[in-house]
Amino acid sequence: MEQVLAFISENIRFIYLLILMVFLGIEVISHVPSVLHTPLMSGANAIHGVVIVGAIIVMGRAEPDNYLALILGFIAVILGTLNVVGGFVVTDRMLEMFKKKK
Amino acid sequence: MEKYIVDIIYLIGSVSFILGLKMLSHPETARRGNLYAAAGMILAILGTIFLEPGIGNLVWIFGGIVIGTIVGWIAAKKVKMTAMPQMVSLFNGMGGACAAVISIVEYTKHDFSHGGAALVAIIMAGLIIGTVSFTGSMIAFGKLNGNIGDKVFPGQKFINLVILLAAVGLATYLSMQPAADNMLLYVILGIAVLYGVMFVMPIGGADMPVVISLLNSFTGVAAAFAGFVYNNQVMLTGGILVGSAGTILTILMCKAMNRSLFNVIAGAFGTTNAAAGGDGKQQGTVKEISAPDAAVLLAYSKKVFIVPGYGLAVAQAQHTCHELEKLLEEKGVEVKYAIHPVAGRMPGHMNVLLAEADVPYEKLLEMEDANSEMPNTDVSIIIGANDVVNPAARHDQSSPIYGMPILDVDKSANVIIMKRSMAAGYAGIDNELFYYPNNRMLFGDAKASLQKLVTEVKAL
Repeated sequence: MEQVLAFISENIRFIYLLILMVFLGIEVISHVPSVLHTPLMSGANAIHGVVIVGAIIVMGRAEPDNYLALILGFIAVILGTLNVVGGFVVTDRMLEMFKKKK
Repeated sequence: MEKYIVDIIYLIGSVSFILGLKMLSHPETARRGNLYAAAGMILAILGTIFLEPGIGNLVWIFGGIVIGTIVGWIAAKKVKMTAMPQMVSLFNGMGGACAAVISIVEYTKHDFSHGGAALVAIIMAGLIIGTVSFTGSMIAFGKLNGNIGDKVFPGQKFINLVILLAAVGLATYLSMQPAADNMLLYVILGIAVLYGVMFVMPIGGADMPVVISLLNSFTGVAAAFAGFVYNNQVMLTGGILVGSAGTILTILMCKAMNRSLFNVIAGAFGTTNAAAGGDGKQQGTVKEISAPDAAVLLAYSKKVFIVPGYGLAVAQAQHTCHELEKLLEEKGVEVKYAIHPVAGRMPGHMNVLLAEADVPYEKLLEMEDANSEMPNTDVSIIIGANDVVNPAARHDQSSPIYGMPILDVDKSANVIIMKRSMAAGYAGIDNELFYYPNNRMLFGDAKASLQKLVTEVKAL
């Protein structure tokens, strides 16, 4: 029990961040018109590609003899990049369709 | 010094994500919002590579980024508009897999012989959620692509629950006994892979957008867990933001279909109802109309509504459709499009498709506006849509789509349904509109039929 409480206390700033971000996420998109549901989903998809930062850290800190970390890290970087690049490009293509033609 | 700068870069990155997401929810600013978020992402990535302490193996990092960029860019540029939903699912799966792989490396790298229960628990959470998101997205991709059908067997929900509990139970055990060998890690990985497959398998193809949105928020959560492991602010903010925004978006999508999230996940749609359609309550006959007759009817109308659906997307008929609309306008007919929020395979699918064919934004009416004009409309042409115009949703309580808001096309003076055959729509239910006295069927592929109409109208 004390362990759990200590964990909460040690990470109280993260917990604040978590709660605020949850409310912010809800607030930011609750009035979105249905037309934009798909592009918004796709945009959010690209944003969670930020996991690439973790992949870079794994890869960058892998010791030269730790082949598991090297190989998996390399794969993770590729996967993360795919998520980021593909996500933003697809979203842009979708939104390109919305521009007003006059 | 570097550490301070990288912190500020992460802060800028986080703000750009929030701003980007905010701007993405307004039509005017959406595209710029996407670019803001992308710029923030590039900044965060460069900051990590060059300023994060102890980053080596730069050749490998850049190698991976170059490969991912080329493949991702080409895939995203080449994909057809109709295949966008699958593509989003695929990219989402990549993110999930990335989070899972990071978790594996982090677990095997650390020495947990003296404690670290909380860290293990967080790593495990990232592993399970990331993996479920990955395999689930792949199944969703396969379903939208038509490679995988819906698979339901008795007791599936119970088995799924058991699988999920097994994964969570083992992960909890591993957190309590962090020094246990790596074998257990791979067992948990295997169970998570299985759960992702089993989770999406029974859900009907029409519900895939909702599932993709849900899996999208899962990946966000997985990214946030990974961020916690590294104490990395930008991963945390980005991940949690997508986690919560994605969940709300999922709920909004369900609301547009008048269904609950639980109902979608339970996979009841299109499976239990398949039999309900054929209970012989359909009365009357189906009347056909030929293309020349349809062309005359349209050309001499005052006001026409075009109601597009997935059939339009499949037939890639958006350009022909726009051509017909222009021809009719030249003849003095007022032509507008009635867009149901969930027409097609994703909300907004029709808007994207029609915009591609240069249909002006102002011509697309949302459901409420379209419905208020329906009684004054001479002809509604339905192109490859079905469930979204089924009047059973208004009055038939036994219908699985009862209560879903629909386009009241039956209130217009005439209805023309363009359809390949009498087959049921995606929800697997019969459409009583086919038998209405004011309805005519124009059978054939949407593009071919539209082409015929264009020729006929030109000849008038």
